[in-house]
Amino acid sequence: MSPVAREPLSSRVGRAEFRWAMLFIAPWIIGFGVFLAYPVVVSLFYSFCEYSVLAKPVWIGAGNFRDLADDDVFWISLWNTFRFAAFALPLGMIFSLGLAAMLHICAIGRATFRAIFFLPSLVPVVANAIVWMWMFNGEYGLLNAGLKVFGQQGANWLGDPFWSMPALIFMGFWGVGGSIIIFLAAFQEVPVEMYEAAELDGASSWQKFWGVTVPLISPVIFFQLITGIIGVLQVFAAPYIMTGGGPMRRTLFYSMYLYDNAFRYLRMGYACAMAWILFLLILALTLVATKISARYVHYQGS
Amino acid sequence: MIAVVADFNKSQDRLHVTYLPVSNVEQKVLVATAGGDPPDIAGLYAAQVVSYADKNALLPLDDYLARAGITAADFIPVFWNECVFRGHVWALPTTPATIALHWNKGLFRKAGMDPERPPKTIGELDEMADRLTIRDASGHLIQMGFIPWEPGWWNWAWGRFFGGRLWDGESKITCDEPEFVAALQWVQSYGRKYGKDQLQVFTSGFGNFASPQNAFMAGKVAMEIQGVWMYNFITQYTPKMEWGAAPFPTAKPEQYGMSDADLDVLAIPRDARHPEESFEFIKYVMTRPAMEKLCMGHRKFSPLAKVSPAFWASHPNPYIRLFDSLARHPLTFALPHLTIWQEYSEELSVAFQKVYLLEASPEEALATVKARMQKRLDRELRRMKRLGLSPA
Repeated sequence: MSPVAREPLSSRVGRAEFRWAMLFIAPWIIGFGVFLAYPVVVSLFYSFCEYSVLAKPVWIGAGNFRDLADDDVFWISLWNTFRFAAFALPLGMIFSLGLAAMLHICAIGRATFRAIFFLPSLVPVVANAIVWMWMFNGEYGLLNAGLKVFGQQGANWLGDPFWSMPALIFMGFWGVGGSIIIFLAAFQEVPVEMYEAAELDGASSWQKFWGVTVPLISPVIFFQLITGIIGVLQVFAAPYIMTGGGPMRRTLFYSMYLYDNAFRYLRMGYACAMAWILFLLILALTLVATKISARYVHYQGS
Repeated sequence: MIAVVADFNKSQDRLHVTYLPVSNVEQKVLVATAGGDPPDIAGLYAAQVVSYADKNALLPLDDYLARAGITAADFIPVFWNECVFRGHVWALPTTPATIALHWNKGLFRKAGMDPERPPKTIGELDEMADRLTIRDASGHLIQMGFIPWEPGWWNWAWGRFFGGRLWDGESKITCDEPEFVAALQWVQSYGRKYGKDQLQVFTSGFGNFASPQNAFMAGKVAMEIQGVWMYNFITQYTPKMEWGAAPFPTAKPEQYGMSDADLDVLAIPRDARHPEESFEFIKYVMTRPAMEKLCMGHRKFSPLAKVSPAFWASHPNPYIRLFDSLARHPLTFALPHLTIWQEYSEELSVAFQKVYLLEASPEEALATVKARMQKRLDRELRRMKRLGLSPA
């Protein structure tokens, strides 16, 4: 086909089609522009302003960023967030990978267990948080009732300066249902011939898992890692409801401090600056993860 | 408020006020005002007045007040003062509140104590609290006499009760004064005496405030600091309970009778479309019959300086005159006129937690608050200077 020869007609048709196409995607484009692109752009502008929502923004250059560097609570919230991420992300991935592997191996009742493990992911975050508040309750909590059977007096988990963070991390495992399903699907994608070949070479189950399964599902692990990084660094709803950042700011996460600045202290410019820092951090971590994992992630066909 | 609005609408045929109750009023007024479409009149908490006035979101009422002949003398001073900031009046009082010691007479009697004699000093409070504390055979707490952080709404205020100041009114944060240290030492003594872990487990079992499982109403805590509204909840959930209210005990006898005062206000947002008409309604609410009807509806006392005898006579709360007298006490304090108060109060709460969990000494905890808030205040003062505003 020679595009040059048919230029006049095709460009006419093309333009008409283009117009129709634009018309059809206009709702999305407009929505994207108004509700996403515009806020993203102005938030960058506000991050260099003093902006209280009620009064007009005043340009203060890098003032917000300078103040943030000197704000202890900012550093506390950042440190808490990384501490949470450092445990919640790897443990959550190992946990869901392990459960998925067990579901994959054990054929009996797979559908039932899959449904059971997935169910908690369907529970709204708020409901989940409130249920867990009761589980962790010091006086009437299920956890302490269990400990009592062994003659142990449990703590008030969410109010304890040491235990509040582990409690939140532990609670996160409740929501791994989504990852399990994705891992399970990945396991089923692995060609049976690969295992057969490995068996002929005398590989043990562990060697098969480590040498065949893991490399072949590595793109999925990588995907989970990236979405996981983005997710854990933005953790907000559950701790906001369950601990409100306490006790003593031990569970004050980055997004919670950002929210407080924006909507409670009316320091929207400061909050926008925080949002951009978080964005850059997530971007940087994702790039690092991509770089490092390039050696370990194997895409089939490449 | 609904009844008062209806009265106003009936009292004249020129204006019609529509009452719109909303939850999360602080955020909704904020968004509506920022969006340039505020309500004609906003019912706010006093805590918002300074923050909104600072951000130029309210209309100063000085001219309207002068024309209507409404002056400071019409109100109990502490409430009027909450509406004044930078020399202007930004709002007018509606329903007020003060807080007092509430005690459970039944539990006093069970402990062999005189149910008609509440503690008057902190020392007496501690001693009575001790006698009212009960543990089971295994040492597990089942009843407490008093806990400084139950209900925990005034954790920031203990320093004020001990006579300390939050700031000097100009440029210095003063929460490290000896009175604040003494207050937190007192708080810490509860964590030490009864065991912080024991207390944490015990308090985590308390039900919601507005329920029969409320720690005070359920008889788990014998003495509690609570507001004038407690009467409403007790009559609703545990009407048979025998209780009393008295001024909260103070560190020094001469301070006895002081309290924390808080109130709701009516204000006109800066860009409201009908400010004249809005003020017309506010003026109506400030008349004694309307105000007393409103406050009676809430079972509160009136913020007006003069109260009609019929109001007292018909008020169902047997302690209503106590709450009124607390508001008129010269040492009674209210929220500071600090634009960074929200952050400051949270910082004080963190210090409070550190202290009762025995993670820091009162001096250390307060020094941290002071350092951090002084930095914030300095920044805030720089901002005000840039905008040509005065700090208070």
